[in-house]
Amino acid sequence: MEAYVGYFLYLLSLLTVGGIYAIFALGLNVQWGFAGLFNVGIVGFAAVGAYTYALLTTASSTFHIGGFGLPLPIGMFVGMVMSAIVAGFIGLICIRLRADYLAIATIGIAEIIKLILKNETDITNGPRGVNKIPRMWEHFSEERFYSSWPMSWFGTPENWEAFFDSLPNWYWQPLFAGTILLIMYIIYRMLERARTAPWGRMMTAIRENEPAARASGKDVTRRRIEAFVIGAAIMGLAGALFAQHLRLIEPTNTFDPAKVTFLTWVMLILGGSGNNRGAILGAFLIWTIWSASELVITGAIDLISNFFSTLDPSILQTRAGFLRMMLIGILMQVILQRYPSGILPEVRPASPKADNKDAGSTGVTK
Amino acid sequence: MWDAYLFEFVNFYLIPGLVLGCIYALGAIGITLTFGILRFANFAHGEIMMSGAYLTWTVMAIAGYAGLTLHPLVAMVPATFLVILLFLGTDRYFYKPFRKEDTIKVVMASFGMMLIIRSLVQVIWGPNQIAFVRGIAKPNEALRDFTGNIGAMIIMPNKHLFIFAGTLIIVVALGYLLNRTRIGKAMRAVSDSPDLAHVTGINVDNVIRATWIVGGICAMAAGVFLVMDTQMLETTMGFRMLLPMFAAAILGGIGKPYGAVAGGLIIGLAEELSAYPWIGGAPLLSPGYKTGVAFAIMVVMLIVRPQGLFKGRSF
Repeated sequence: MEAYVGYFLYLLSLLTVGGIYAIFALGLNVQWGFAGLFNVGIVGFAAVGAYTYALLTTASSTFHIGGFGLPLPIGMFVGMVMSAIVAGFIGLICIRLRADYLAIATIGIAEIIKLILKNETDITNGPRGVNKIPRMWEHFSEERFYSSWPMSWFGTPENWEAFFDSLPNWYWQPLFAGTILLIMYIIYRMLERARTAPWGRMMTAIRENEPAARASGKDVTRRRIEAFVIGAAIMGLAGALFAQHLRLIEPTNTFDPAKVTFLTWVMLILGGSGNNRGAILGAFLIWTIWSASELVITGAIDLISNFFSTLDPSILQTRAGFLRMMLIGILMQVILQRYPSGILPEVRPASPKADNKDAGSTGVTK
Repeated sequence: MWDAYLFEFVNFYLIPGLVLGCIYALGAIGITLTFGILRFANFAHGEIMMSGAYLTWTVMAIAGYAGLTLHPLVAMVPATFLVILLFLGTDRYFYKPFRKEDTIKVVMASFGMMLIIRSLVQVIWGPNQIAFVRGIAKPNEALRDFTGNIGAMIIMPNKHLFIFAGTLIIVVALGYLLNRTRIGKAMRAVSDSPDLAHVTGINVDNVIRATWIVGGICAMAAGVFLVMDTQMLETTMGFRMLLPMFAAAILGGIGKPYGAVAGGLIIGLAEELSAYPWIGGAPLLSPGYKTGVAFAIMVVMLIVRPQGLFKGRSF
């Protein structure tokens, strides 16, 4: 029985992190898949969302500014807004230039954001990071939540304490995973709606043939900034969820460009850029490979260190982590060259009124 | 005239700024050439610099086992060949398939290469810092005595003299290559208009190969100069250099090697001088934000003058 609980919890954590990455991939899909904007600063937007959420919702602390103890949804919403503001700033400067410049600028802003988080020790506690970030559902069992309204209306702190003691200590895990999957589903539905709406078709037109879109009176720059900002807001939300999952965030290791930006890119490209379902599929697939390969590598290292006792397993462990990163990078190159449209290729939205035959070279319509 | 303030300014801010500027300049030459000739922003450039420094260290270490003490500038030569091979190999297998396609695909491929090369270095050499040269660099005594006698004492370790001399030689050689030789002229022609160059009978493949070789030599020198200066090998140093190098290339104008040199020197100086106490006693900008200076300059340039100081290509 105990073993099954262990497997169940592993599956739940796979779903949780996979879901968070799926939200990142959906955000990137708006920017890259819909509008063709090359953003390599995902980690920066994630950090903005995560830190905003963390500073607004933690209990008041002497290590960093505030700890305002605001309700969790407010923290997540403000995280989204802050991330969108940063994206708007970048978009205004770079979107009219060629894609390479946007790439350079986004990778730059991500580094600058991390630099600010590292240096402004009064606000963010610098490299030591922010800890005790409240996690959805689990936070109900924290004293500062059950001793204040609205929970205090339903029971005394003692009652609540007894209630939470009676639950298994992982009670929040299915709820947390479920909420993340629900958020992911809502975003998915909204993006599907946007994709088939005139807005989505206009985005495709701008991406595929900018002069034609401009000639037919579309405000290309404004629409691109729109897509960039919406994508960044989704990434900010995913960052806030990431902070909840980790509970301790710090600027360097938590927000490693390789593990956030790069993995998200591989997920989207593998799943199929431009396809929301592909983004989700890619995210879960890559995350499962990533997380399962850790188990395989640990097993292999145990095996090797049994035979070669002179090797230090801890060194092998760190090196194997980098080897895994390298293999994911090579996987990305293979997908880019051989299967550029990914597992689920993009399906072009056609006008609902259009006849299938009239869709012309755009292929399958839906 | 040469009071304590000026002494401090020149020796602790101006000279380190110029040294950093030389390193950025050499890195930016490669970036601006690839951007101008192959038309994409190569994100893997910093990582190739970094791997070049690691290779140089390895050559030195192997020679050390054999009882030879090699100067980094000597050990650099065999390592340069490996780096050029690395450049040509990545081009052949990862960039060339996309040459006829949308440029953004190549940028993505180079972004992937960045992580592949860094992970490879971390697998081989491990993620921890390695001391490149041990010990404290002593100032050059001849220079100190000479400048001290004429009343303007300059304290400069030998490594900085090597960096200045090396950068000067490479820039002069590059100028000769681009202005006097056939392949250099072809490179400039392709940078200006690839179609026209192709029609004139220039072998574009050779030009691309030459670009990687020139970029490889410059990147190699930049990487080795950087570790000569900091005396520390780190796997993240390539990535840290990437943003200032892009800023230098954009500041100088894309496709303009001399612009990249000027841009590199300006960015390096601006980064170091931003920490000088211009107003009052405290540094103008906290030294932690040095990297931010490069980014700020780049953003201002992109708003005001995207074609750069020297009228480069603006896309």
